[in-house]
Amino acid sequence: MKVVLSFVLAVVLLSACQNSSKKSNDAGADNVSLTAAGATFPMPYYNLVFKDYTKETDVLVTYGGIGSGGGIRSLKDKVVDFGATDAFLSDAKLAEMPGDVVHIPTCIGAVVIAYNLPGVDELKLSDKLLEKIFMGEITNWNDPALKSNNEGVNLPDLEITFVHRSDGSGTTHIFSDYMSKVSNKWAEEVGAGKSLKWPVGMGAKGNPGVAGTISQTEGAIGYIGSEFAFAQKIQTAKVQNSSGEYIEPSIASISAAAQGEIPADTRVMLTNSSDPASYPISGFTWIILYKDQAYDGRSQAQAKGTLEFLDWLISEKAQGQAEKVNYAPLPEAAVAKAKAILRSVSYGGEKILN
Amino acid sequence: MLAAGMVYSLVGGSVPAFKTFGLKFIVSGEWDPTEGRENYGALPFIVGTLMTSFAALILCLPLSFATSLFLGEYFRGTRVARILGLLVDLLAGIPSIVYGLWGFYVLRPAMIELGFGGRGFGIFTASLILAVMIIPYATSLSNEIISMVPNDLKEAAYSLGATRLEVISSVTIPNARSGIVAGYILAFGRALGETMAVTMLIGNTNLVPSSFFDTGNTMASVIANQFGEADGLKLSSLIAIGLLLFLITGIINAVGKLIIKKMN
Repeated sequence: MKVVLSFVLAVVLLSACQNSSKKSNDAGADNVSLTAAGATFPMPYYNLVFKDYTKETDVLVTYGGIGSGGGIRSLKDKVVDFGATDAFLSDAKLAEMPGDVVHIPTCIGAVVIAYNLPGVDELKLSDKLLEKIFMGEITNWNDPALKSNNEGVNLPDLEITFVHRSDGSGTTHIFSDYMSKVSNKWAEEVGAGKSLKWPVGMGAKGNPGVAGTISQTEGAIGYIGSEFAFAQKIQTAKVQNSSGEYIEPSIASISAAAQGEIPADTRVMLTNSSDPASYPISGFTWIILYKDQAYDGRSQAQAKGTLEFLDWLISEKAQGQAEKVNYAPLPEAAVAKAKAILRSVSYGGEKILN
Repeated sequence: MLAAGMVYSLVGGSVPAFKTFGLKFIVSGEWDPTEGRENYGALPFIVGTLMTSFAALILCLPLSFATSLFLGEYFRGTRVARILGLLVDLLAGIPSIVYGLWGFYVLRPAMIELGFGGRGFGIFTASLILAVMIIPYATSLSNEIISMVPNDLKEAAYSLGATRLEVISSVTIPNARSGIVAGYILAFGRALGETMAVTMLIGNTNLVPSSFFDTGNTMASVIANQFGEADGLKLSSLIAIGLLLFLITGIINAVGKLIIKKMN
């Protein structure tokens, strides 16, 4: 009897919570507040501009950095106004979503190769060398292949320690997507994804974990999100791009990676770009939302608020802030495509943005 | 009821993983999350968890046993014992992330200096930090039990001409036996589930470790690491690992209870 009673009580309490949350949604119809969740990679940028937007318009935007997978799950469960992800949804994943989902790119980041070699302040890595190091075929820094690629650099006799991410991450996705493009062997044995079956090395959690482990371990090499690496002024290697140039990762060289052709739905990986000035391990990060905003009892004002905010997010004003937190802003072509996508979003067939 | 709900949701969530991999899930050492050829086996994590926890238990045994004898027998009721007891209890209150940081910045470089494994990460380093973390759990319970052994018994032994060591080994320990064991089981349970500090020191390689100085991963640590970006089969596999961890903890507790029962 007691069990039944407490169960009934729990149900009543739970439904009461749901009611009150619904109510607050309705009450906030004229004063919209937005909720979003997803990728941690663009978080410094989102934190900065979301606050700006609140200051400017009084619309509160809350963002939870729970990871790209979490962002997609949250959108699928319809608990957020929009999600954020570092890896675009594949056709199969799109089909699993309860409604049509569109992608809006918001900024460009990159993955840099960081290393810890005392006395070495320039390191050039070709795609072949990257393959050999990360597949465990080169295990010492004084390997002849590394030496011949870095003439004049005094590479020490030191074991190579590869440090990768232990958690699932969009950073890993961009890195492994690049590796799969330049190395058949990598594509066959490891592949691309947010977490992988690593041939060698050890894992550390998050960018800070990887960066910390590298800085504490002589002879370590690893990959780190550019936003973190630039902010921390971490020493990075120059990576050879598809034109054979060795490119230092920077806002300019990352931005150059997006100069190529972008498909209408913006679902494209920018890795191994053909632009001769581009840093090859770069990628978009996206906001995802439903194409039809009239779902789950959402009010039209809520839908309008969401779209207006996203339109502002890709405007010059917000994009101008990207560099402050070490991201590359979207090139004009990408902004134009994103604007067109936003204008295709409707509320039950009714246009939202003009 | 809460535990039943937990088991229910764990079982429900892990059904797809067990359906796909069957019992192979438990004995397979393969962990390949790449889309298109996903293959999950929990063996690396089961082995990692048991290795770190048992090693931690063995490392903590002499330390915490000596401490509890010191507190409960030799210096019972003195100011020294009170202060020391307070310090040991304080160890239990330190968040595990702080242990992890200390391990990362102090213990790991020390391990490299001492020449244990190349980079200081691995099962052994993780076990060391775990041992420090579970000492207070084992100590405070056994210390309590040891000090509860009736004085009459001990005085009787002394009056028969027993030395202190003889009193401890033939009166105190046999009387306090079941409580001491219970303390170590509690400590072992803590070691099984510990996450943060282990993640920071174990090296996070999803392979079955080949020695105590190899890097590895534990069940709790892989769940914490991979949960955020997991979906579909991978999410189910992680939940299945959670279920297995739950089962292992249950088995350990049951075995512990059995030992205590046998002793009485």
